[in-house]
Amino acid sequence: MSGILRHLGVSMWRYLKLLGIQLKASLLLSMQYRADFFIDAVISMFWAVTAIAPLWVVYGERVGGQISGWSLGEAMLVVGCFIFLQAVLEGVIQPSLQTVVEHIRKGTLDFVLLKPADAQFLVSTARFQPWKASNFLASGVIFGVAFARLEVWPSLGNLAQGALLLVVATGLLYSLWIWVVSAAFVVVKVNNLTFLLSAILDVGRWPVGVFRGVLRWVFTFVIPTALMTTFPAQALLGVLSWAEFRLVIVCAVVFAIVSRWVWLRSIRYYTSASS
Amino acid sequence: MKRLLKMMPSLLRIGFAENIAYRAEMLIWVLATTMPFVMMVMWRSVAEHFDIVGGMGQTLGPLQMTHYFLAVFVVRQVVSAWAAWEMNFEIRQGTLSMRLLKPISPLIGYAVSGLTGLPLRLVVALPVLLVFFFLGGFRPGAEYGLLFLLPLALVGGWLIVLFANMAIGSLAVFSGSSTRIMEAWMAAFFVFSGYLFPLDLFPDWLAWIGDILPFRYQLGFPVQVLTLSLEVGDALILLGKQWLWVAVLGVLTWVLWRRGVRHFEAFGG
Repeated sequence: MSGILRHLGVSMWRYLKLLGIQLKASLLLSMQYRADFFIDAVISMFWAVTAIAPLWVVYGERVGGQISGWSLGEAMLVVGCFIFLQAVLEGVIQPSLQTVVEHIRKGTLDFVLLKPADAQFLVSTARFQPWKASNFLASGVIFGVAFARLEVWPSLGNLAQGALLLVVATGLLYSLWIWVVSAAFVVVKVNNLTFLLSAILDVGRWPVGVFRGVLRWVFTFVIPTALMTTFPAQALLGVLSWAEFRLVIVCAVVFAIVSRWVWLRSIRYYTSASS
Repeated sequence: MKRLLKMMPSLLRIGFAENIAYRAEMLIWVLATTMPFVMMVMWRSVAEHFDIVGGMGQTLGPLQMTHYFLAVFVVRQVVSAWAAWEMNFEIRQGTLSMRLLKPISPLIGYAVSGLTGLPLRLVVALPVLLVFFFLGGFRPGAEYGLLFLLPLALVGGWLIVLFANMAIGSLAVFSGSSTRIMEAWMAAFFVFSGYLFPLDLFPDWLAWIGDILPFRYQLGFPVQVLTLSLEVGDALILLGKQWLWVAVLGVLTWVLWRRGVRHFEAFGG
């Protein structure tokens, strides 16, 4: 038993070191394009404004509307979560996706598969865009503005719960990403897959209360954008029940298991296609 | 010019065959443009609880919202181009030099390959258009004459997208990659084009900015024409502004491309 544990510990350590190496490589690459940092910072502020703009319209004087039970401040929290996930998507997920897609198209994925480490791990950590971190800053600003509007600050417990759910949401997003990559094995030329992923996440701009009936169910369990943005926002507001909290965790675990299974299957598909 | 016309049939045939070959990619792209349906559901639910009044004093109830966003989806299928991504890819990989060897301008090549995707996208768009007309019904007193402007408005919208793509794509020669600028363009497009909400609902100051920027002429204006929600006089003025943008972006594309090619050749040896 202790042998297994030690083995597990050793491989954990090995993968952490690998992650460090991959991160360093990406960082060095990005250091060459330092000017991009400023472009990215400006663009991410711009993105943040465009993400808020629809709320101005819904809650603005022309419409004077409301999204079923969400005040402007509360809806801004959802947008904050959305921008946070967008930062993950653009900084970590999209760059890797582009690398894999090119590998698959050119057939160079073989070299990745030959390496003595888990291919899913290598592929997922292939490329980071450190400069996109400015997006996290933007989401922080939006959280601040939202809470200032609401004039309540979250308790430490709510904050911890919200942060935890955002981490879980990142996991969910990652699982979705693995599905998309697996699609790349089948359809090969897939520049558009990156659009698809951001289009899926785009739904998360709005509190899920907007949707009713079948669509609401779909956006909770099939394409879990509700779990990714609405639920963390509710946690920050302290209105998320424990049952809902547990639901998110269970869903995330199920999605992770399924995505691993899908990955293993599509890897097999790739090998049989090339050889 | 005559030579170009002679080449056109084969260019179109090749482009169409390519699009058939990569039909899965087209399908994924269509899936990625389903945002109007999501917005439709969202705005219907807002419109059910609140009275929304449009710019012409008309009420925007759930039915009008449905109508509007169906039109948005159809127009988006028509006015689309991704030359910027293609150019970025080819410039980075150096395969642009192959295109430069061909006896026609690569700009025409990009335009044609975008155009030949249209039939496949129309296959998806036409059923939606049918639903659109079915739901709209015949409205006595509506300006059906506006529909005569629709082809011009659609072509204008498409040219704006195409030229913007090519101008931004040309920038990749200088900076190595311009996809980020294209992303910023898309972000602005989402907000200012009427893609996420009817343009009528903008607060005045945003409407003022939106009127100057090219984005509403890209999508919002053709949609307004299709949904017949403009006076004829206003429509003509907007059409003029749209084609002004076409001209401006066309010239910009031409200048950037000329400079880009010279730079590219010097770089590629």
